[in-house]
Amino acid sequence: MNPYAIHTAMILDKRREAEAIDTYRLEFADPALRRTYRFSAGQFNMLYVFGVGEVPISIVSDPDEPEHLDHTIRVAGRVTNAIARLQVGDSLGIRGPFGRGWPLEAIRGKDIVVVTGGLGCAPVVGAIEYIFRRRGAYGAVKILHGVKTPHDLLYRERFDAWRHHSDTEVLLASDQADKSWQYHVGVVTELFHQVRIDPARTAVLMCGPEIMMRLGAPILIERGVPASAIYVSLERHMDCGIGLCGHCQMGPYFLCKDGPVMSYDRVARFLGQTGV
Amino acid sequence: MWSDIERVGDLPIGWRDTQEPGRYRLEQSGDDRIFGVVHGPQSVKPFSFAPREPLLAIERRNKGFAASPTIPKSEKVAVLGARPCDVAGLAVADRIFLHAAYADPYYQARRDGLFLVTVNCTRAVSTCFCTSMGTGPQATSGFDLALTELDEGFLIEAGSPAGEDLLSALTSLPASQESCSEAASRISSCAKSQTRRLDTSLLPQALYEAHEHLRWDDVAARCLACGNCTMVCPTCFCHTVEETPDLAHQRSEHSRLWDSCFTQEHGYIHGKNFRPTIKDRYRMWLTHKLASWIDQFGTSGCVGCGRCITWCPVGIDLTEELPALLNRDAADPARQR
Repeated sequence: MNPYAIHTAMILDKRREAEAIDTYRLEFADPALRRTYRFSAGQFNMLYVFGVGEVPISIVSDPDEPEHLDHTIRVAGRVTNAIARLQVGDSLGIRGPFGRGWPLEAIRGKDIVVVTGGLGCAPVVGAIEYIFRRRGAYGAVKILHGVKTPHDLLYRERFDAWRHHSDTEVLLASDQADKSWQYHVGVVTELFHQVRIDPARTAVLMCGPEIMMRLGAPILIERGVPASAIYVSLERHMDCGIGLCGHCQMGPYFLCKDGPVMSYDRVARFLGQTGV
Repeated sequence: MWSDIERVGDLPIGWRDTQEPGRYRLEQSGDDRIFGVVHGPQSVKPFSFAPREPLLAIERRNKGFAASPTIPKSEKVAVLGARPCDVAGLAVADRIFLHAAYADPYYQARRDGLFLVTVNCTRAVSTCFCTSMGTGPQATSGFDLALTELDEGFLIEAGSPAGEDLLSALTSLPASQESCSEAASRISSCAKSQTRRLDTSLLPQALYEAHEHLRWDDVAARCLACGNCTMVCPTCFCHTVEETPDLAHQRSEHSRLWDSCFTQEHGYIHGKNFRPTIKDRYRMWLTHKLASWIDQFGTSGCVGCGRCITWCPVGIDLTEELPALLNRDAADPARQR
């Protein structure tokens, strides 16, 4: 198998989430690939724009519906700028899926605490949907999400929908508030005090700015959650997706293949270090 | 320098190299040895891991495009004069490119065509430290033929079935006891002549623990972040991917190119550079080479060829830096001030 092979896919839908952030629904041009492609929540694809290049983007759609793939993309650089110019009916290239996603089978039966920040919630959206599709297989679910401003809140309807599941709490925080904001004002880690956590039976899924994970995980550990039960999704420069281009290293790990989801105990020592 | 040869006369007979930190000179040796030059800037790495490798040829089609892999033809290439450190470096590269979750088909195609004639070293330059890395001056595996240059002729050893085939086709004499002992003694005196060494016994752990050592500031003040060390290293494998569309925007070449962890872009991701300073980058390079490499691939990333010392424009020497970094007495910022 050639891990560099790029497969074409068509944009079926393009939905605005916020300023300069869209979710693209993609479908492989090749019907055989549509049938065989599988991924797990938290994995990513390398998306390719003709003549421009590739960029790693996590898959946010449900792994149970692998025939179409949703990617939420914020315009940030050369390739994402080019993607933003594409419309429904245009083609993108896909290479993937790559990396290790959330250990959703291993944490069956546990209470789930999801801690996210900013656009960082994208890689965990698929995991949340996975859990709700199997609601009985998991304990209490708490979703804590922080944004800088109310304007940055993506997936607003999803948060509203998740709130209505049984034994589920959704708590939102914004660093800055406006008149419309009816939730917590402050950072997401302050929400930890507003939820009951049974540390012995909890698994934590964290995704967002590294500082949120670096400061948030120790608070949860202090409350008794084992470091090995806290999973973080990390981001680095990635050109290949297969642990070969060297850019995504964090200590001994290649985050593209050993991650992007890592248990906190494995990466804690590197998260606080400069230049890693 | 590697280049195509047509006859024995194309070889650098009667020349030798002298190498020191930041210095490389070729001079006449005054003898007629064929392999008096120990090594040039490049190991054999470019033969299998091409500095620029087109990966895909992509053509626009209506609203979409079609991407076809451009896996190179496996051409037969005999490399004459690879050194044992080069052969060791190639074995490390093989682990990275071929023995991972995905075998790299581009590397594989080039690698399959290689026939390696290594020349055991009977002379070391001042920057060599293969003895302490256990990779030379004699090659023990990974070659097709190994030559040892003697006063009269060569001692030849086959290291593969292909090497045996070629050896049996040569009009050579069975190796005499004398030749064997001459070869052994030349190799052993080459080993003994090496003055540089790298003590790897505390690796990888001790180097991870040296992350905040003051020595990093010291070496960063000298390092130019030019990336030479990574370009001449037999094992450095970082690469970037480049897209080259034609002017009409109908065709595009998707290629990988050697990259270096000393560049601005290496640790860059939308608005943030994880390794903004030269200190971060030198630390990344050395920690990877000597420590995390062991965790990743079960072997050191250093084969002791010394090229990074010679080709560093300011002569930074990792055999000096490592002991300084592992010296705990000098590690404490408080004690230094």
